[in-house]
Amino acid sequence: MLAYIVRRMLYAIPILIGVNLITFALFFVVNTPDDMARMQLGTRRVTPEAIEKWKAEQGYDKPLLWNARAAGLAKATDTIFYERSLRLFAFDFGLSDDKRDIANEIRTRMWPSLALALPVMLIGLAVNITFAMFMAFFRATYLDFWGVVLCVAMMSISTLFYIIGGQYVASKLWHLVPISGYDGGFDAAKFLLLPVLIGVIGGIGSGGRWYRTLFLEEMGRDYVRTARAKGLAESVVLFRHVLKNAMIPILTGVVVVIPLLFMGSLLTESFFGIPGLGSYTIDAIQAQDFAVVRSMVFIGSVLYILGLLLTDLSYTLVDPRIKLQ
Amino acid sequence: MPFLPFPLYTDVLLWLLIAAVAVYAWYCRRRPHLSAPWKRVFQSRAAVVCAVVVACYVAIGFADSLHYRPRLPAAGSAGAAPVYSIEALSVLDLALSHLRERRERTYSAPLATRLYSKEQMQVDGKTVRDFPRLRYGGAHLEDEADLAGDVAARIGLGLLCAAVLAVGIGLPVRRLRRRNPEVPWQAAGATLLVILAIALPVAFLARHYHVLGTDKVGQDVLYQALKSIRISLVIGTLTTLVLLPVGIALGIMAGYFKGWVDDAIQYLYTTLNSIPGVLLIAAAVLMMQVVIDRNADWFATTAQRADFRLLILCAILGLTSWTGLARLLRGEALKLSQLEYIQAAHAFGVRDARIIGRHILPNVAHIVIIATVMDFSGFVLAEAVLSYVGVGVDPATTSFGTMINAARLEMGREPIVWWSLAAAFAFMFVLVLAANLFADAVRDGFDPRVRMSFVPA
Repeated sequence: MLAYIVRRMLYAIPILIGVNLITFALFFVVNTPDDMARMQLGTRRVTPEAIEKWKAEQGYDKPLLWNARAAGLAKATDTIFYERSLRLFAFDFGLSDDKRDIANEIRTRMWPSLALALPVMLIGLAVNITFAMFMAFFRATYLDFWGVVLCVAMMSISTLFYIIGGQYVASKLWHLVPISGYDGGFDAAKFLLLPVLIGVIGGIGSGGRWYRTLFLEEMGRDYVRTARAKGLAESVVLFRHVLKNAMIPILTGVVVVIPLLFMGSLLTESFFGIPGLGSYTIDAIQAQDFAVVRSMVFIGSVLYILGLLLTDLSYTLVDPRIKLQ
Repeated sequence: MPFLPFPLYTDVLLWLLIAAVAVYAWYCRRRPHLSAPWKRVFQSRAAVVCAVVVACYVAIGFADSLHYRPRLPAAGSAGAAPVYSIEALSVLDLALSHLRERRERTYSAPLATRLYSKEQMQVDGKTVRDFPRLRYGGAHLEDEADLAGDVAARIGLGLLCAAVLAVGIGLPVRRLRRRNPEVPWQAAGATLLVILAIALPVAFLARHYHVLGTDKVGQDVLYQALKSIRISLVIGTLTTLVLLPVGIALGIMAGYFKGWVDDAIQYLYTTLNSIPGVLLIAAAVLMMQVVIDRNADWFATTAQRADFRLLILCAILGLTSWTGLARLLRGEALKLSQLEYIQAAHAFGVRDARIIGRHILPNVAHIVIIATVMDFSGFVLAEAVLSYVGVGVDPATTSFGTMINAARLEMGREPIVWWSLAAAFAFMFVLVLAANLFADAVRDGFDPRVRMSFVPA
């Protein structure tokens, strides 16, 4: 088990190097530091001196990969690639373009993100599975048919509609909850209520349908027929047998996103003014603060790989037949 | 010539795509094993209804994909070389020129005769603050009290025309039913009729009103919504066009060759997958924006520049989302390459390229078709989100995303400006819903598992 985990960690290294190279290529080779400076300083009347000054301030005035002018080891270390990309491996994110410590921002902002994303996932999972079970129980009846139609209709609605519509109805018309904002501690609940609700509703369409397919697939198997032949009630068949066996595909989808919950949700956070990592990322994209975007890409991929590892480990918990070696 | 044909990149690609679909349809027609699943699809009533709805969208989108530059009135002598306008118009613009040209000053509600905001006006020599009449919307009315009657009359006229056309639809439907009784032609006819019953009254109203109101700069929202359709179709289809070759080639290669090829391809898609999607797209789009800005001289007109950005967006979306398809095809190719007939082909010394072309590709075609139709609606929805993040289509282009984005900022107004948002969401919802239901029907028709697995009720 431990050996397996260690090996998987080692597998992660080439992937992270790949991610690093892709981001490096995108951010420094396609788009040179000169372009970045021009974008930050505004396109009108930019003097070459101003560009050089900006680059020096940001530390972008070094060669990309190889510094021929430096001495010894500094030939490789005094470069943008080393300073900006390799340091990410040590989780040293450096400063954003407006001179704030990115690591510090991430540490404070991940908790609001988690406070929003975790309830959305847990409640969403419960609601989706219940709804899917309901449809599977009434399969091939009108209830099932209209349930699927409802799912497809809900999937066809843009997330933006749920957010804007929810904000309008709950906050502007009914004045139930504040329209946006955030507060620490338990006061956060009133700000989070609506975004969580919207997140859950927005996920019912695709989630409910997906789980329904999973359950129906399980229900075509032999053990289900055996269980029925034993004379078990349909509800026992569904909850004891089908649900347990459908756990593996459900886990595949769920566990992989658990670490990514820290990243938050881009849209919901920025609409509701929740100071999480999602709104941080979106602000960075809109302000073209590439130092932040680069860090978020790196963290995102680390968390994704962690999710894959957790998925494998969780299989051993739900399925004793699986042994990791 | 009174105009200069001016095909944009995406126009050409869309027309090529339609040609490819036509060739595929013709190819399928003569091969029963290929046309059988499609026949199954079109026996479902939902699929036929959705196909009619999508076809209407496609018709609008293609009318909007025939661009030209109108000739400017000659300034000099008769012999001078013709000068063409810098603005690229499409056939749809020409048909809707009454909507395009009639600009109000700012917001106005649907079917309104007055502006949304009060202005200082001179009435009988005195200065008053009131809602001014619109320049075009309902301008033909002497007395605004006639508004309801006039609107009702126009709707009635539209419905009457639809009723007349119903007879025109009924006859071919009956003939088609006799020739091909398995397809639910009545459903198709009824859908067409419903669409006409909505479109014709709107068309009659649109001659003198802003049916869906106007936006901040006074442009007709109905016109914007119709223009957005093309962008949605381009994103939904051209993205798949980029995604398919990459996904098919890499997926099949990984599953068929195994070994280090498989390792390399798996490494590639795990790496791409591990980068959060929106961030990767955002990064790539921002970078391409820099390239576009740096080479402003590549493009003669703003339409070309916006179009290039749209094309790049499709390419980026495609290159970041082939991983799902590749993974599916890898699994399938892995399974197929173990089968006896492929082993036999190996034993006979058939070359790999030929085995892939003759044996593997036809056997994964159903997966490719299902993935293509399923992805369409996802990309249409993604466009709106990406435009919100600021990495979508060119801000000057009208798309559902830019419409929503512009309208979102006005949510705080009192009374609320809802029509732009409502129009964008409604048009998008109908397109995506139809596409989703059609995709479901296609999956049911093509997926052998669905046909064989019987779930006891």
